[in-house]
Formats: sequence, C-alpha cells, structure tokens
Amino acid sequence: MASIAAQTTVAPGRTGSRLRAVVKGAREAPLVAIVILGGLILVAVFADLIAPHDPTLPVKGTNIFDPPFWMEGGNATTPLGTDFLGRDILSRLIYGARVSLIVGLMGTLVAGSIGTALGIVSGYVGGWVDQIIMRVTDAWLALPAIVFAIFLAAMVGPSMWNIVVILGAVYWTRYARVIRGEVLTLREREFVKLAEIAGASRWRVIKRHILPNVMNTATVLASLTVGVVIIAEASLSFLGVGVPPPEPAWGLMLSEARPTLMAGQWWLTVFPGACILLIVLATQLFGDWLRVRLDPQLRNL
Amino acid sequence: MRQFIIRRILYSIVTLLILSATIFLIVRLTGDPVALMAEASARPEDLDRIRHQWGLDRSWPVQYVTFMQNAFRGELGKSFNYRLPVSELYFQRLPNSLTLGLAATLISLLIGVPAGIISAVKVNTAWDSVAKGVALLGLSIPGFWLGLVLILVFSVWLRWLPTSGAGDWRHVIMPALALGWYFAASMLRLTRSSMLEVLGSEYIKLARLKGLPDVVVIALHAFKNALIPVFTLAGVNMVVMVNAAVIIEVIFAWPGIGRLLYEGIFQRDFPLVQGVVIMAGFMIVGINLVVDILYAFIDPRIRLTR
Repeated sequence: MASIAAQTTVAPGRTGSRLRAVVKGAREAPLVAIVILGGLILVAVFADLIAPHDPTLPVKGTNIFDPPFWMEGGNATTPLGTDFLGRDILSRLIYGARVSLIVGLMGTLVAGSIGTALGIVSGYVGGWVDQIIMRVTDAWLALPAIVFAIFLAAMVGPSMWNIVVILGAVYWTRYARVIRGEVLTLREREFVKLAEIAGASRWRVIKRHILPNVMNTATVLASLTVGVVIIAEASLSFLGVGVPPPEPAWGLMLSEARPTLMAGQWWLTVFPGACILLIVLATQLFGDWLRVRLDPQLRNL
Repeated sequence: MRQFIIRRILYSIVTLLILSATIFLIVRLTGDPVALMAEASARPEDLDRIRHQWGLDRSWPVQYVTFMQNAFRGELGKSFNYRLPVSELYFQRLPNSLTLGLAATLISLLIGVPAGIISAVKVNTAWDSVAKGVALLGLSIPGFWLGLVLILVFSVWLRWLPTSGAGDWRHVIMPALALGWYFAASMLRLTRSSMLEVLGSEYIKLARLKGLPDVVVIALHAFKNALIPVFTLAGVNMVVMVNAAVIIEVIFAWPGIGRLLYEGIFQRDFPLVQGVVIMAGFMIVGINLVVDILYAFIDPRIRLTR
C-alpha cells in the first residue's frame, strides 16, 4: 500500500515536469524548420486540392516552355511556367512534394527498422551472430551508398516503392553500427542484468528494456537520414533509374530540364532544385535540434 | 601489432568476399543477360550457344569462383557491349576520375579547412555562425543540382567556362566544385571539432602560459596536430569521390568510371556494371585498411581495442 501511495504522490510531479520540458522544448524549437516542414507536409497531403492543374497532362491554352508570370510571355494560369510538354510546373512541384516526402520518410523507416533490429540483435546476442552481422555491415559500407543504390535500382527496375525498399536496404548500416555500440553498454547495465536474473526471456529483455533505451538514438539518426534519402531519390530519378515518368518527382523534373538548360530556360532547373534544397535544409535543422534535445552524445555525428 | 594487421587484413578479405558475392547474386537474380544480348529473332539454340560462349551455362558457384579467380588476376570479364575486357575499359577511364577526385579534394580542403579553423578559433562568434551555415548548406544542396546551376551561371549566362567534356583546367573547375561541395562541409566540421579539441589540451594551455602570441600557438602548435585526422579524412574522401561521382560525371560528360557505370547500366552491360562496382569496393576497402594500419602505428591504444 505504501508504495502505491508513494507512486500516486510522485506521478503528478512527473507529469508537471514533463509538461514543463515540452513547453521549454517548444520555445527553443527551430521555428523555421517546423514551418517549412509543416507547410510541405500540408502541401503534399492536400496536393489534389491545392494544385491548379493535373501534373501529368499539358495545360490547355498555354504553350510549352512558358516562363514564370513575372517574365515577358508569362501568364497567371501557369504561374511558374510550363515544361517541355506544356505541363504546369507549379502543379508538378506540389505533387513532387508528395513523392519526396513519401520516399524520404518511408525509406528512412525501412532503413531505421532494418538497422535498429540488426544492431540490437548484434549487440545483445553477441558471438558469431554479431560477427556475421558486422561483417555484412562492413561489406555494405564498402560501396559508396549512392553507387550501391544506382546499381540496385538499375538491376531491380524503376518504381517509387522499389526506390523506397532500395534506399532502405542501402542506408541501414549506420543505424546498425551506432545502435550496436549502444546495446553493448546497455547489456552491462544493472536493470538489464536484473531482468535476466529474474528470468525474463531474451525477447522480453529486448522489447522491454533494450528497445525503449535505443529509441532516442534511432529517432535522431532517422531525422538526419531523411534528407540524405530525399537527395538520393532525386539523384536516382535524375539518372533515370528512380521514379519513372510521367510521375512528378523533383529529380525527374531536373532531368527533363537538362536539354533546355543551354537555351537559358532556367526556371525548369532552378525551382525543383530549390524545393529539394528547402526540404533537406529543414530536415537538417530539425534533426540538429532533435539531436541536442534527445541525445547530447551524438553531437559529433 | 602484427596480430592486429593480420586481423585487419582478414576482415578486409571477408568484407570483399561478402560484397562481391552479393553483387554477383544480384546481377544474376535480376534477369537473363543473354535474352538482352541476342537479337529478338534468335532461336533457342543460338541463345544456348551464346550462353556457353560467355560461360553462363555453368552453375552459379562455379561462375562465382571463376569470376573471383580472374578478379584477383586483374581480369574482370568481358563487356557485352564493347566486346573488350572490362579492365581495359576501366583503366582507360580511371585517370580522368582520379583527376576529378583530386581536384574535388583540393576544393573541399580549400573551403573546409580555413573555414573550420576560423570557426574554431573564433568559436561562438558571428564567424562561427557563418561557418555553421556553410556546413549546413553543404549537406543540403544536392551536388548535382549545384552542377546544373553552375552550368547555368558560368556557361550559359557568363560564358566563362565550357559546359562539358574533358580538356584543360577550365573543364575541371565546375565538376570539381559540384563534387567537392558536400565533402567541404564534412571537412569543415571535422577541422572545427579537431581544432577545438586540440586548443583545449594541456600543451596548448602551456604554450599560452609561456606567453607565446596567439598566432604562434595556433599556427605552429595546434594546427599541425589538429590536421592529422583532417588529412586522413581527405584521403578517404578522395577515394570515395573517385568512385561516387556518377551523377556529376554524367552532367558534365566527364569521361570517368562513373560515366562508364552509367553507360553500362543503360546498355544492360552486366559484366561492365559488375566490374566497376566491385572495383569501387576494392578501392574503398583498401584505403580503409591502410588508414586503420597507419593509425595503429601512430596511436598504440587502437591496437588494443577490438
């Protein structure tokens, strides 16, 4: 009874301090990053409502290569101009946010799940299992990630979901390394030892004691991986092994703009790239903030 | 020490075996190359003849062992498309990639090291914030887009530099900048943290206590030691850049191994793709081994761990 009473008296204090921490965190939060990311997510979710035209069809009544509205020859129907098929650039950028965010987030989720699972198993089970997982990690790291991704994408064939799986399969290595290191120290901690002595199964120890303690690190790594994955997707699409046309992916738009670069039709190249820059910049800022808040040890990553 | 070196070498060999087996398997799991090589009207017996001719009728393990034996002899098979040994094509293009990688490394050092030193010496000032901003942009600007924008500004608008191809130094500037930009950011971050660590160490404090002027302390005492990890990273980065420059080489029509890989992919030239990718693995495992062993010589503590 006494312990229950003690708990009930402690609990409100805890929630209070947690609430205060949240308020404090919100005050220090990177507003710029949250505004950009939140805006882009809204745009991606409500693309059907916002986009003025169909991103895959030419707009009637306009020409190909119309410039943005403020330049001579521009018009208000297609405010950011049209591309080589007469499609509306603005609508394509809006739908492109969807592709980038889906691939960025899902690719990171796949990479994070594979890497965290392997890292935990490697660190907690140890022995030859650890040896095998770590040697495979080394082998994966021996290729520049982008070369490995290009190679896989070329072999498997282009589609958005293939790219998600491929980028997940390429970028899990850093999670496995870092999480394994963390599990190695967790394994020696008293609460894990006590759980083992109390007869908890391996699976239960992993689920109840190890996993919750590596989640912070995994979250920080994830926030820093999203931008990398988004750039990788754009690179693959640019090379023609990523998201296939007529899908409105930013990397694909850059690739389609290449022949017109020489003619000075700069808007076709500048806008999609600026979108990539913006989204990656925002995820980086957000990731930096998260890293300082959740895991000071990772500051040097 | 000898034990450490032997273990590192063994690890590297295992790494390469896993990597090559993975690549080998993926190539064979994803489609029949013979169907792509032969003309559409080819009869089944023609396909069999081609399969036999290229050694594709043998079992996978046999093919893999033969492939690895040849690879260690420097033979990477024969390109479907060029009908030439892959190694010949590879070594024709390699010098161009080395030139580009070297130039990009120089650019990343020229941007990253001075900015990193300034930011560490003037820590938490406006200079530091500017450097942090540069580092952030280095990670956020996609290198290939930077390349396109450079072409737009310096070739199309200003007409200062040629857009593509290889030739004199003017052809190298833009691809090297586009490639080195990302790595400049990592140089900057490493230089900054390494300088901060050294500046906080006892022997620097002693040098300052002796009354040496700041310039001497920073230039003669701190700089030298802080730059060891920076130059190591520069070396590793150079090897990575030589191998990872695919998109930059495509954009600038630079005749290096990245473009060779790209051509191989679009011509479905599997031996070529496989060869270029495996060579990248060899090079990177090699440089990592060298760095590990060098560090073990410099710092005895490393030998004891792992």
